[in-house]
Amino acid sequence: MRSARASYDKVIFELSSPGRFACSLPACDVPESDPAALLPKAYLREMPPELPEVSEVDVIRHYSRLSQMNYGVDTHFYPLGSCTMKYNPKINEDMARLAGFLRLHPLAPEAASQGALALMHELARDLAEISGMDEVTLQPAAGAQGELCGVLMIRAYHLARGERRHKVLIPDSAHGTNPASTALAGYGVVQLKSGESGEVDLEDLTRHLDEDVAAFMITQPNTLGLFEARIHQITEMCHAKGVQVYMDGANLNAILGITRPGDLGFDVCHFNLHKTFTTPHGGGGPGAGPVGIKSHLAPFLPVPVVAKDADSYRLDWSRPQSIGKLQAFWGNFGMLVRAYTYIRTMGPNGLRSVSENAVLNANYVLKRLEADYDRSAPGPCMHECVLSARRQKRLGVSATDIAKRLLDLGFYAPSVYFPLIVEEALMIEPTETESKETLDAFCDAMIQIAREAESDPQLVRDAPVTTPVRRLDQTLAARQPELRWKASGR
Amino acid sequence: MSNVPADLRYTREHEWAKVDGDRARVGITAFAQEQLGDVVFVELPKVGARVTAMQGFGVVESVKAVSDLFAPLSGEVVEVNGELAKKPEVVNADPYGQGWMIVIKCADLKQLDGLLSAVDYEKLIAAAAH
Amino acid sequence: MRYISNTPAQQKEMLGAIGVSSVEDLLVRVPTKARLSRPLNLPDALAETDLIRHLRDLAGRNASADDHACFLGGGSYDHTIPSPINHLILRGEFFTAYTPYQPEASQGTLRSIYEYQSMIAELTGMDVANASLYDGASSLAEAALMAHAVTGRNGIVLSSSVNPLHRQVVETYCEGPDLKLRSVPQADGVTDLDALRKAVSSTTAAVVLQYPNFFGCLEDIATAAEITHAAEALLIVSADPVNLGVLTPPGALGADIVVGEGQSLGVPLSFGGPNLGVFAAKQELVRRMPGRLVGATVDLDGRRGFVLTLQTREQHIRREKATSNICTNVALCALMATIYLAIMGKQGLRTVGELSLAKAHYAATEFSKVPGVRLRFPAPFFKEFTLQLPKSPERVVKRLMKEKILGGLPLKTLDRRYRDCLLVAVTEKRTREEIDRYSRALAAAVA
Repeated sequence: MRSARASYDKVIFELSSPGRFACSLPACDVPESDPAALLPKAYLREMPPELPEVSEVDVIRHYSRLSQMNYGVDTHFYPLGSCTMKYNPKINEDMARLAGFLRLHPLAPEAASQGALALMHELARDLAEISGMDEVTLQPAAGAQGELCGVLMIRAYHLARGERRHKVLIPDSAHGTNPASTALAGYGVVQLKSGESGEVDLEDLTRHLDEDVAAFMITQPNTLGLFEARIHQITEMCHAKGVQVYMDGANLNAILGITRPGDLGFDVCHFNLHKTFTTPHGGGGPGAGPVGIKSHLAPFLPVPVVAKDADSYRLDWSRPQSIGKLQAFWGNFGMLVRAYTYIRTMGPNGLRSVSENAVLNANYVLKRLEADYDRSAPGPCMHECVLSARRQKRLGVSATDIAKRLLDLGFYAPSVYFPLIVEEALMIEPTETESKETLDAFCDAMIQIAREAESDPQLVRDAPVTTPVRRLDQTLAARQPELRWKASGR
Repeated sequence: MSNVPADLRYTREHEWAKVDGDRARVGITAFAQEQLGDVVFVELPKVGARVTAMQGFGVVESVKAVSDLFAPLSGEVVEVNGELAKKPEVVNADPYGQGWMIVIKCADLKQLDGLLSAVDYEKLIAAAAH
Repeated sequence: MRYISNTPAQQKEMLGAIGVSSVEDLLVRVPTKARLSRPLNLPDALAETDLIRHLRDLAGRNASADDHACFLGGGSYDHTIPSPINHLILRGEFFTAYTPYQPEASQGTLRSIYEYQSMIAELTGMDVANASLYDGASSLAEAALMAHAVTGRNGIVLSSSVNPLHRQVVETYCEGPDLKLRSVPQADGVTDLDALRKAVSSTTAAVVLQYPNFFGCLEDIATAAEITHAAEALLIVSADPVNLGVLTPPGALGADIVVGEGQSLGVPLSFGGPNLGVFAAKQELVRRMPGRLVGATVDLDGRRGFVLTLQTREQHIRREKATSNICTNVALCALMATIYLAIMGKQGLRTVGELSLAKAHYAATEFSKVPGVRLRFPAPFFKEFTLQLPKSPERVVKRLMKEKILGGLPLKTLDRRYRDCLLVAVTEKRTREEIDRYSRALAAAVA
């Protein structure tokens, strides 16, 4: 049953043969080439590092075979909730690889980087318009770093006003990076209870809102895929106590052209370019996490800020109240080019259509599955829906088992066990780039699994059986971590 | 059936204490190890460290979860189970025996009154199971 | 809209199945007051040919290293990028895959990360490496935070010869945990070890050095290690991994944590991002390491497989007690580095280093022959060096640009004390012809 093609069990070191090589480097064209003549002996490595010795054919074949063991959006439907696994346009890749972008050194003179700076400035302006914010920094390397950036700016804001606040409020439905980033910024995290549908519990919020709270961080729509309708009331309550409101922008794909964080009362929001704006996930990054702010936070933006003077652009370092820097250079420029290309491809109507179709697709899936799986909340969802495999769990089939069985049926699994407040959670985000045919095939598979849970639960628990490996011993991996290849090993 | 030895005292955080004179041997309960799943790592204090009742003294990790360990009583750590560094699975296999974690020389034995009896702990975990 | 598959007819069908008449009915929860009442004020959609023209125009306004001989360094380098890398990373299964949380469907990514970890550990001389962090600067910051967590101490001693951009990032990350940063001056281009001895104390969590340092000079890591360990602090060394095919690795010199910018390992310049944050440490520190770790294990049939492991350190489980907040890393860049190192291999990486070393020394010698130009520091250097110029480095760089040479980094904006200096990097890609051309242009520029 398992594809013969998929059964490949090599690690590159195992293909090594002494003397084989894959690189092509020129001969030395300068007079003195002996390292021993140029550096003191103590600095010179005695033995070369134990890297593989393989041919170019070995390299191509090995990594091609490795790739065949992966599921990607290019090959499989990938309904991972909250990750927005939408199609990654190939034109983005071409544009990011234009020599003027790809081969531009970050420290090249500004006069010689005007095209790159212009792109960054325009992208920041586009993201500001999309989010209803006043300014945007493109520096953070990922959503989590964006969160850190935003919280540090809030911290600087309070300090500048002569206030030292110690707490940040975060709902129990939040993504793990929210409390982690907050802790990194030096704040204590106070967890708020969510209501049944993941909405903010206004009583709990009122109870905890005081002048020692620096910020309230929420995801909008929330992590159950529902729009928090009382958001104006919430942001007003917070502002009345001097509390800044932060929006985790992971779910922005639901609201493009429909509503904007800035119009809802948020002071800060971050963007996940690798979610909403199609930059590829790459097996776990790189991403990009720009942050949008209202003007009262502008003095605290990280340096440098891309500034425009009449017709030219420059890097502005003179920001005395800046929180500093998050990464060495100016941002994940390669990802910025891709996002910019996407926004220019879609235009305002296209972006609106993205969210409308994202919402439509998620509701269609919800409708088709609601008879067989428990909903986590009533009413329509936004761009993702959260189901509970509670019923299946009683039959001995967990959300994990369902996820694994989907792999056998040719789909990547939804997110499981997130948000924490839903039992046996299955979070499904189809995205707008999927067709009805694909959604129907996925729903058929989910319904089939629900049936199997009733008639043959062991079949589901044994899954997956068609993937290159079956379920893996996580306990062994954690008890006896083997984190690097050793010559004598295996 | 529930594995709650009658001769031990318990905390609400699922630690057990076996008191002998002014020494208390401490570990986590059968219920706790079952909830955690396969234990992969236990972080314990050094001999000589001071612990405070109901404050953290270490961490127990499984593949998917991490739990803080809470001291049932205040005092000084006089023994630490070195076996757990090599064989954390003992916590799962024998939580009340070989899976013991530390021995505390207690500062104030009156603190025992704050701990749960076996009967009360059984009620606690029965409620938690729903 | 070519990225949206559903036709109007299908949309209608789906709405019917849901039981509503339009998408508006699905947006009921969004209050009218919150609704955007106009289209987004963005330029209209561009058709592909217009889009390409527009982007080519923007790209054309930049001085790429394809048209200019690039002697710029300072944390980003124009090293060879072998052609197979691009072809392999463009395979959809690699670049459109997600983080490998479902390991059975992600063995390609997991296996390549395991290889990456192995290669980085080997290069740096450490026991274990993680799956990557964002970039060298944030890796360095994470190392400082880790040292604080491990030792319980608040003090971070940083050499002033560490890249100033990296130092700024460390400062920003140390704000929240309120760590105390202390700078140690350099003397003659390397860390002043006597000053270091005085700066290190029982409140020091870590000492941070860069190797080679920002000025290109090689530091005495071994002595710094002795000083650091005598105070029971951790030594963090930031090193460009591509140099470690030739240089003695920091692990062999006493480093406890090695970080660095891995961009030189097959990752394009790309105006400074995305980059590759290298992070490696000694075995006893593994459970305190930020970032993902891939480990080997077996499946139900005893077959070898790979999984993300020690995940309880990470944010999705530990939340506010996590070792860090990192979620996304830079898996695709780590893959580029893995393929790069496989292609270069044992011998090739050594050759890259030896060529860079040789050409940099040739360049330094030639440039120093120009009247008024001298090497600023006497310390041994690897592939980067600091020139002191008799005329404004900014002006010199401008003149060199006319000759299609990216001459280097004037140091004034980063450190006013070196306002008459230019940081020059020479990699294996620079030909003798380019170096000689630079010499001539330099001579004309300072005459």
